[in-house]
Amino acid sequence: MATVRINNNEYQADVAADTPLLWVLRDVLGLTGTKFGCGIAECGACTVHVDGQAVRACSLPVGNLGTKSVTTIEGLAGDPLARVVQDAWADIDVVQCGYCQPGQIMSAIALLKTTPHPTDAQIDAAMSGNICRCGTYPRIRQAIRNAAGDIA
Amino acid sequence: MRRSSLIFGIVGLMLTAIPAARAETPGQSDLVARGQYLARLADCEACHTAPGGVPFAGGRAFAVPPMGTIYSSNITPDTKYGIGQWTDAQFARSVRRGISPHWKHLFPAMPYQDYARMSPEDVRAIRAYLATVRPVARKIPANTGIFQFSIVRPGMFGWDLFNGPASSYPDDPKRSAAWNRGRWLVEGPGHCAECHSPRTLTMGVSHRHAYAGAVAAGWLAYNITSDPQAGIGSWTDEALASYLTTGHADGHGTAAGPMAEAVSYSLRFMTKEDTAAMVTYLRTLPAQPAKPPKKASDAFSPAALKHGGALFAGACAGCHLENGAGRQVEAASIAGGHTLRDPDGVNLLQVLIEGSRLTTATGNADMPRFGDGYSDRDLADIAAYTMTTLGGTQPAFNTDAVKAARKTE
Amino acid sequence: MKNLATGVAEPSRRGFLAGATGLIVAGLLPARRAFGRPSEFVQGVLSDVENAPFAPGAYIRIAPTQVPGDSGVTFILPNVEMGQGIYTGSVVLIAEELGIDPERVNLEAAPPDAAYILPELGTQATGGSTSTIFEWTTLREAGAAARVMLIQAAATRWNCPVTECEARQGQVVHTPSNRSFAFADLAEDAAKVPPPKDVPLKPARDWTLIGRPRHRLDSRAKIEGRPLFGIDIRVPDMKHATVAACPVLGGKVGEIDRDAALRVPGVKEVLTIDDAVCVVADHYWAAKKGLEALAVVWREGANASVDTAQIYRELHDGLSEPHPIVAHSQGDAAAVFDRAVSRFEAIYQQPLLAHSPMEPINCTIHVRPDGADVWVGTQVPLRARDSVANITGLPKENVHLHSQYIGGGFGRRLEHEYVTQAARFARQVPYPLQIVWSREEDLMRDRFRPAYVDHVRAGLDRQGGIQSMEFRIVGPAVVARWAPAGLSPNGFDNDLAGGILETPYTYPASRLDFVRREAPGVVTAWWRGVGGTRGLFVVESFIDELAQRANADPVAYRRALIHDHPRAREVLDLAAEKSGWGTPLPKGHGRGVSVQFLFKSYLATVVEVDMSAPGQIRIVRVTVAADCGQPVNPDQIRAQIEGGVIFGLGTALFNEITLKNGRVQENNFNLWRILRMNEAPRIDTHLVNSTEAPGGVGETGTAAAAPALANAIAAASGRRLRTLPLMPGVEAA
Repeated sequence: MATVRINNNEYQADVAADTPLLWVLRDVLGLTGTKFGCGIAECGACTVHVDGQAVRACSLPVGNLGTKSVTTIEGLAGDPLARVVQDAWADIDVVQCGYCQPGQIMSAIALLKTTPHPTDAQIDAAMSGNICRCGTYPRIRQAIRNAAGDIA
Repeated sequence: MRRSSLIFGIVGLMLTAIPAARAETPGQSDLVARGQYLARLADCEACHTAPGGVPFAGGRAFAVPPMGTIYSSNITPDTKYGIGQWTDAQFARSVRRGISPHWKHLFPAMPYQDYARMSPEDVRAIRAYLATVRPVARKIPANTGIFQFSIVRPGMFGWDLFNGPASSYPDDPKRSAAWNRGRWLVEGPGHCAECHSPRTLTMGVSHRHAYAGAVAAGWLAYNITSDPQAGIGSWTDEALASYLTTGHADGHGTAAGPMAEAVSYSLRFMTKEDTAAMVTYLRTLPAQPAKPPKKASDAFSPAALKHGGALFAGACAGCHLENGAGRQVEAASIAGGHTLRDPDGVNLLQVLIEGSRLTTATGNADMPRFGDGYSDRDLADIAAYTMTTLGGTQPAFNTDAVKAARKTE
Repeated sequence: MKNLATGVAEPSRRGFLAGATGLIVAGLLPARRAFGRPSEFVQGVLSDVENAPFAPGAYIRIAPTQVPGDSGVTFILPNVEMGQGIYTGSVVLIAEELGIDPERVNLEAAPPDAAYILPELGTQATGGSTSTIFEWTTLREAGAAARVMLIQAAATRWNCPVTECEARQGQVVHTPSNRSFAFADLAEDAAKVPPPKDVPLKPARDWTLIGRPRHRLDSRAKIEGRPLFGIDIRVPDMKHATVAACPVLGGKVGEIDRDAALRVPGVKEVLTIDDAVCVVADHYWAAKKGLEALAVVWREGANASVDTAQIYRELHDGLSEPHPIVAHSQGDAAAVFDRAVSRFEAIYQQPLLAHSPMEPINCTIHVRPDGADVWVGTQVPLRARDSVANITGLPKENVHLHSQYIGGGFGRRLEHEYVTQAARFARQVPYPLQIVWSREEDLMRDRFRPAYVDHVRAGLDRQGGIQSMEFRIVGPAVVARWAPAGLSPNGFDNDLAGGILETPYTYPASRLDFVRREAPGVVTAWWRGVGGTRGLFVVESFIDELAQRANADPVAYRRALIHDHPRAREVLDLAAEKSGWGTPLPKGHGRGVSVQFLFKSYLATVVEVDMSAPGQIRIVRVTVAADCGQPVNPDQIRAQIEGGVIFGLGTALFNEITLKNGRVQENNFNLWRILRMNEAPRIDTHLVNSTEAPGGVGETGTAAAAPALANAIAAASGRRLRTLPLMPGVEAA
């Protein structure tokens, strides 16, 4: 039985300690906004925040989580930076199929939290772990630039 | 653990001898539990299991270029393909002296010369445990190259004259009980020297350069002597214990390849006392000096390092983070690790090409293999970038080293 | 007759579509139970539209509503949304004519129904960049007809001439008095209005939606991570499962260790079919661990000896096949070639390719004794539904397929074998089963874009101008399996004409031979622009080589070959201008161009690369000029082209599926490399103003990428690469 703190709620999950956080989110708690893409931390579709840092939920055993607090795409309401980023995404219609985008957005928010005004090189470095098969990269880059411009 | 450059294989020929009694008798379960612990100390499962196969059913291939390939034997209690028909005495002779039923000599990929330091009672306990695993009626593939010829086997008796079976030796009364236990663990079931000591001309373990480090099957087993630079002299006891039980110690990196297997199947199951005993003994291994420093390679231009950095951001930082601190699991914390400070990048290239799996109490930590997805240049550039930025070391290898490393796959 | 699957009277919808002019056969249709927007379904908010009196045809349903803010207007979208923005485009087309704000429309994916069969593809299918081409007239006419009927109903109530009424903002407004009725309130009356004989479409000058950039309607839901995709479906009592099929095609399940799998905590059941195993558990992770514990021993069968070299060898052998299928012949090209002043020929090789959409293959299915529900992302709902009926023995009308948003299609979900497989497992259990393939399964058991080998030869005049062009394609005919009726009587797969016969160029004499060679050990399938993508690489590479031999500028050389396609010339000039074609470049840089007429759209593409670092390549910039006819949503056209280009660039550089001992080797993103953000170039897309009928765009950018990139590499490095992927050649440069 693992106790996990997700989006400011505590949950009990009856799973083995090696169960990746991703499957606790998706299959035990029904929080399906975090996506399964590869299972080996190569695509970033499952990116969530653990104590504010972007983390691949597919490769994080829930037993390693301890008391750390998890934020998923469903838990962004009330986060002003998240609002800015999501608005930037909507403003230039970044999404196509949209499957990777929760992960992209979680990565972008984590970047802007530590680096409010990233250079293009910093954007590339932080975002290149997130694969988009539809090829929305130019718009993601632009949306992050726009969001950075909107951060006071 | 060994991916031995040597030879291997109990060959499960059937015998007419009377099988060992296997009825549950009082005390049997203690014996089985002890046997399981010993089997783990001896790391039987790693070699006697094919990739993705049933434990102990054998069939794992050990390539010994250019001589051929040997396959580990099926040591499940199956009466046809396993060792179900063997007597305990036959089993013990096989494990401790390398001689299977019908005087069939094993190839010393099976480290019987180390296992001889286990007492016959220890080996019988292992037998008792193996009698309880799932029998698998599966024939292992035939050896190839010179190893398929039975005529080679008697030659192993000669090999034994130079390198052959030791015996269980008495404790050294001048040393602590922990040290003596540690010596037994390291020199006996743990068979650490098989990988960590260089080989002599007859391919035996070198005692002169004991534990000075050696390359086997493309992986470098590090110098584990007390030398503070080349060996583990500067590690804390805690770091060593952590490495042995979890495969990872912060600042030293993570076990990969054969060492990851040793941790996954064997070392992590040691009791706290045994781990401490092993550390105690390792501390006293006479220092073997570092090799002279390598000349830095001029293969990596700033553009190449930038290229490596870009690839790292895409393919590697998902687990390792940009700064190498590790993102999801401790095992992914690689900054400052030994692997990144070896200028030849032996294990760095190997782990990039082959990947690695480390099993710990909290599950598997997998490093995917990138060898077939990325070119020689890509991998060399990633390695050079990683070594430079996260290992503080100037690479001494070049792109050709990747090509060479691939050949050992 | 009421179709139980859709609850809609099928004959009337058929009648609607069958009408040559696309007239609506309307009338009071039986109420149907909507399955709601997928997102609503999974949130448990089934929108209940029991009272839907006005359902004119297959695309629109209007019902009175008590829900505050609800317009009562629902559009049923014939093409499935997989990223291409069609749910927005389709809504715009209907809404433009109907007179309603697209944001206020409820959306539904079309159920499997013969009413939605796309004539070009022979089934209900989203693919081949056909959606907008097909919808352009059909959906506008549907909207217009509904508008006419609603206005008639209102005019009757007000007892006024219809000319005094206007449909806008979801209402019919009586313009003199400014009185209004909501569409929903007119639904019952409108249903009694005879359908119009002629449907007057709005002239372009009156458009308020078409042709203007518009935000995607699904943007917010996707940004917020709402459950939209098949993999997100959660139904009560559902169990999670994952599968492994024999990694060698045609192989069977041998031994399994069932007990070991059942010992994994959370594992509930182990199911088998002849060629695959399925582990059912409380969650995916337990299922995955159970699958590993099964330690399946496969009986691999005859394909266990197949490797990629064999596949290529068989293709190259086809180059000397003495009796090819002659797909096209104009003039005596061979004779012209023999007489020509000079001759040039080249051989091109292209690999097997996987689709690897970000959403791994999955299917959620509940088979009961009396019916079944299937929740799945599919590009072929009707086929998927029928296959479940076949497997379960249930009547088709009792199989309810709920189309979900697709997390990437690229042709993968034009196959429905994963639905068939899911049905074979699900019929063994009473509960709903969600099967999710691992990424490894998704890649290894993909159905691949075929490998091809092409031979091209040209007879040339003294200036290097083309006198004859002869093409030989060796490879599979995908259509022969996917839609056998689509194979030409002589055995040619017309899809392979893309880029070769479908071209802006005119040659004095030309010929196309096809040698069919099906690949052993794999199933080959559609991909993002199969024929056009592979054909364009061959043609535009070859033309570039000819230009080089003639010492001609590649743009000018192409321009001279374009006679009958002024729109092609226009995009070529525009791309040249916007890319700075001909202006000096830094050392080690090079530009490559390609021009195309595919999917009824024109594209010219210039790629600039930097190869100044040895063995490395950086794609600096891509400039695209496109004329794809009248744009419906220009911003989404740009998005499709940008994305398509990036998809094509990454594939051209890195991707090749290889087989060893019958097993696909590339099984996750560590080995199957996808272009990442720090490798993605800046892309500038310029659209030509056009009022021509819309062309398709989803696959155009992908087709353009490989040849323009290969040509840029040749310009920058002097190295002509005729084999895809390009990266090994770049390394060696």
